[in-house]
Amino acid sequence: MTPPFPILIILVPLITAFFIPIIGWWRRDLCYPLVIAALSVSALSSVFILHLVGEGGTIHYYLGSWDPPWGIEYVIDHLNAFMAIIVSAISLIVALSSKRSVERELPQKVVYFYCLFLLQVTGLLGIVVTGDMFNLYVFLEIASLAGYALIAIGEDGAPFASFNYMIYGTIGACFYLLSVGYLYVVTGSLNMADLSRILPDLYHSKVVLMAFAFFIVGVGLKMALFPLHVWLPDAYTYAPSAVSALVAPLMTKVGAYVLIRIVFTVFKPSFSIELIPGTAILSWVGAIAILFGCILALGQTDLKRMLAYVLIAEVGYIALGVGLANKAGLTGAILHILNDALMMACLFLVVGAILYKVGLRNIHQFTYLHRKMPITMAAFTIAALSVIGIPPTCGFFSKWYLVLGAIDANQWLFAVVLLVSSLLNAILFFRVIENVYFEPANAHGDRGHEEISIDEAPLSMLIPILIVTAGILSLGVLSGKIISSVIQFAVPAGL
Amino acid sequence: MEVASSIRPMLAVSVSALAALLILFTGERRRNLRELWTILASVTKFSLVASMMPTVLAGKIIECTIIDFSPGIALQFRVDAFGFFFGTLASVLWIATSIYSIGYMRGLNEHAQTRYFFCFALALTGALGVAFAGNVLTLFIFYEILTIATFPLVAHRETPEAVRGGRKYLAYLLTGAALVFFSMGLTYTLTGSLDFAGGGFLRGRGSDNLLRLLFVTFLLGFGTKAAVMPIHEWLPTAMVAPTPVSALLHAVAVVKAGVFCVLRVVLYVFGPQLLSDLNLWLVLAYFASFTIIVSGMLALAQDNLKRRLAFSTINNLAIIIMGAALLSPSAIIGGIFHIAGHGFMKITLFFVAGAIYVKTHKENVSELDGIGRAMPITMGSFAIAAMGIAGTPPVVGFISKWYLCLGSLEAKEIVFMFVLLTSALLDIAYFFPIIYNSFFSKPQGWINSGVDEASWLMVVPLTACAVISVILGIAPDAFFRFFQVATLAARNIVGIG
Amino acid sequence: MELIISKYNYWVYIILMMIGFYAMIGKRNLVKKLVGMNIFQTAIILYFVSTGAKRGASIPILEGGHGEAIHAIHAAHYVNPLPHVLMLTAIVVMVSTFGVALALIIMLYRRYNTLEEDEILELRK
Repeated sequence: MTPPFPILIILVPLITAFFIPIIGWWRRDLCYPLVIAALSVSALSSVFILHLVGEGGTIHYYLGSWDPPWGIEYVIDHLNAFMAIIVSAISLIVALSSKRSVERELPQKVVYFYCLFLLQVTGLLGIVVTGDMFNLYVFLEIASLAGYALIAIGEDGAPFASFNYMIYGTIGACFYLLSVGYLYVVTGSLNMADLSRILPDLYHSKVVLMAFAFFIVGVGLKMALFPLHVWLPDAYTYAPSAVSALVAPLMTKVGAYVLIRIVFTVFKPSFSIELIPGTAILSWVGAIAILFGCILALGQTDLKRMLAYVLIAEVGYIALGVGLANKAGLTGAILHILNDALMMACLFLVVGAILYKVGLRNIHQFTYLHRKMPITMAAFTIAALSVIGIPPTCGFFSKWYLVLGAIDANQWLFAVVLLVSSLLNAILFFRVIENVYFEPANAHGDRGHEEISIDEAPLSMLIPILIVTAGILSLGVLSGKIISSVIQFAVPAGL
Repeated sequence: MEVASSIRPMLAVSVSALAALLILFTGERRRNLRELWTILASVTKFSLVASMMPTVLAGKIIECTIIDFSPGIALQFRVDAFGFFFGTLASVLWIATSIYSIGYMRGLNEHAQTRYFFCFALALTGALGVAFAGNVLTLFIFYEILTIATFPLVAHRETPEAVRGGRKYLAYLLTGAALVFFSMGLTYTLTGSLDFAGGGFLRGRGSDNLLRLLFVTFLLGFGTKAAVMPIHEWLPTAMVAPTPVSALLHAVAVVKAGVFCVLRVVLYVFGPQLLSDLNLWLVLAYFASFTIIVSGMLALAQDNLKRRLAFSTINNLAIIIMGAALLSPSAIIGGIFHIAGHGFMKITLFFVAGAIYVKTHKENVSELDGIGRAMPITMGSFAIAAMGIAGTPPVVGFISKWYLCLGSLEAKEIVFMFVLLTSALLDIAYFFPIIYNSFFSKPQGWINSGVDEASWLMVVPLTACAVISVILGIAPDAFFRFFQVATLAARNIVGIG
Repeated sequence: MELIISKYNYWVYIILMMIGFYAMIGKRNLVKKLVGMNIFQTAIILYFVSTGAKRGASIPILEGGHGEAIHAIHAAHYVNPLPHVLMLTAIVVMVSTFGVALALIIMLYRRYNTLEEDEILELRK
């Protein structure tokens, strides 16, 4: 009997999400422990799943014991297991740190917040474990709807930003649904593995071509790929801190995962590389996204908005890696999913901590901050170094594979773009770091003796930040192990 | 080449990282304990490095692999003669700089001392990592650690000028790093490996023009840290840093790491044979000569003492690169040896500049008249070191210049010998007035107000370095066997014996 | 002509979808955008359902109770039930989206007292 981990990983948050409003109505402080418990179960299950997949290969779990292609199948291969761990671990970490900020920012809505939080995590986890196209749509919408609602309970501009996000997101999901429909009409199947077997005979058909196009646009809207990124800066800037810390590392990366699935599993790689210039377009779009994100981020003074644009650039990296479509490039893209999730989680958690303690978001107001919150700002610096791509942080290693992939594919322009973006990121982040660490000389008469007491963020926020920072530092050096044990198998053979 | 396995390289590199953490946690409240960590770490580091000396001198390579990144590249330390050379130099000079820093910082009651010592220790981790790296990727990792760790040191004073200097520093070095990144990727794509091999491993791996392009990108990349002209501008600007930092930059770690990396690329990635096939050595030698002459002339024009010393450093670094470019065994020996010789001499000069600043707050050459009579030991050391830079026996600078001239004769290119002689003349031109004026000119009014030698914490290191410069000039193998190791490295590269 | 008449379901859904799409993007009133979104999603649902239709087929319900032997089934006599099932789910999704959207609109109206997009943007400056 297949162990029930694939379904457990989704079921536990889902059921808990239903119970939270009831329990919350009875006793409000039980919500937080319940959320942590549910997410821990998910995280543990995903670790088990990874272990099982590492030993025995792909896991197939049939819902309701119906065989595919009639039933819905959950397929967990290396890529799925990898994504599942990322999603569950990061959501657990963010949930741990969310307690204080939610109480401060959304005092009356704590219960509903946690309910929506769990629903969103359910949606995201569902996307990464399912092997059925329509099931993916359902979970995609669950995650998105929970996301719209979560973002809307933020500060002043949030409902409008969320409405915009909703319009764009619905278009994206509907395009996805449309393409699933097209594929169903010509193949009669909704199962991913099945489709990958049936489709190669149909590659010349216009329907399949249209389906692919709709897929890319739909998924591009969800993962904020340039030029479909327009909703992201507003949505992530105005959302509450705990929400941006959850959504920013995960939603776009899960979208990127869907992109990889479609381009490399459902449609065989040869379709996007040889038959249509799909990967070429993706790589160009990715490169432009990188430059666009970095350059626009330079003009922002609100730290959260700046990070949102950096996020757009990071999505560009992954798209570029997918578009390069060779072994090194795809390895870099998948590794970057992990690294970027960690980096963005750290950065947004730090922003949340700063907001909680000091209430400042403008980078020009950050003087003296390193005295008040030294540990938090040290974590910020390390995450910033990772975004820039300085070894031994993890960001360097994914950039290394991406550059290798670019040179391998003889696309030196992309290698140059990657390196230029590192420099732009350096300008971006060192602006903030300078403001934080160096005090203007005229600000204090007697330098060095002005005592600003250390007033660090509370432990419930500090420990998650430290965990993620430790991850950034150690996973970089361990990236060789990660690749050889997990990612290597996730890259389709023959690239 | 026999390979011995040991964890000593890793220990040597990480002992200062551990010290950095201890310094950070000890903080401002217990300053003596904090300084103790620095001293302890520097002494331990030097002992670890010195303990590897017998193995290296016997011709073996000490290897220590930490973790594999991907097929063909690992985080690996391989201590060969050249790496050992630089490692010894860096760790020895760290001891001197640490003692000096304590004196300097306390003398000026500087702010942010914990950050200073923390970054210093981290920088030394980077420097030794660069020295012991076994492949380009490991080298790059520690190279970047060095860049990031030295940035807060350069911008230490936090004045707008210092912050600007720090920004320029970072801009130059990170751009160089991006170029190195690209070159690394290209090398790996061409050869599938990044390990250093004496004599190079790039032969026959790509078209001539591709290899020439690769050489240029590598050179521009590492050349930023080695202050090759025209990408040298960050170095004079970085003189806004406190003097021990400048000493670190110039003598102990940063530019030495830069020139070390350039030499690694020239001699261990490309190799003498490939370089002469592609005629690149000529380009490099001419670039180096241009830098030597121009920096010498620019040094004459500087009034700020530290800026003058900065251009002198650029001068000497180019001399080292020229030694490598000439590709003959004597030139290579001379170039490598000059890394150490110049290190000791330059650090003395910077220590003197710092001592003068602490005692008198004077920074400009024109204001130093008569100071030699008030601070005889300090200025005496300055005189010795300056003579050495110009290449006067019996100071160590003479030996390296002698071998370089031999090397240019061996390579049958006399013009470079003339370049070296011209640079010696320029050195005399910009150092001699300082020495003369400090001892023999009428002192300016302020000198009589009881100025005397700086605290022993500063004077002892600077005198010691000056004395060592002389001792090394007479017996180049004294204490550290620099010359022997340099010869070993040259043999490894050129493949004799 | 042949093309339009034989594939009229596709034409209907395309036209509906474009109307919805235009309304979502082009109209400035938030409620109109929402209606457009609804039309857009409905068009897609229509398309799906229409792909399951067959000439002369009846609804996919088998007579006979549990345990009795199922007579031989000619699939061509029954409409394909799978799109119907999928679209039930999609309708649920559509309705939930609509619900969330309406909640957002109420929030926006309370805050800005208008539902015109350009006026809201003016007020936000």
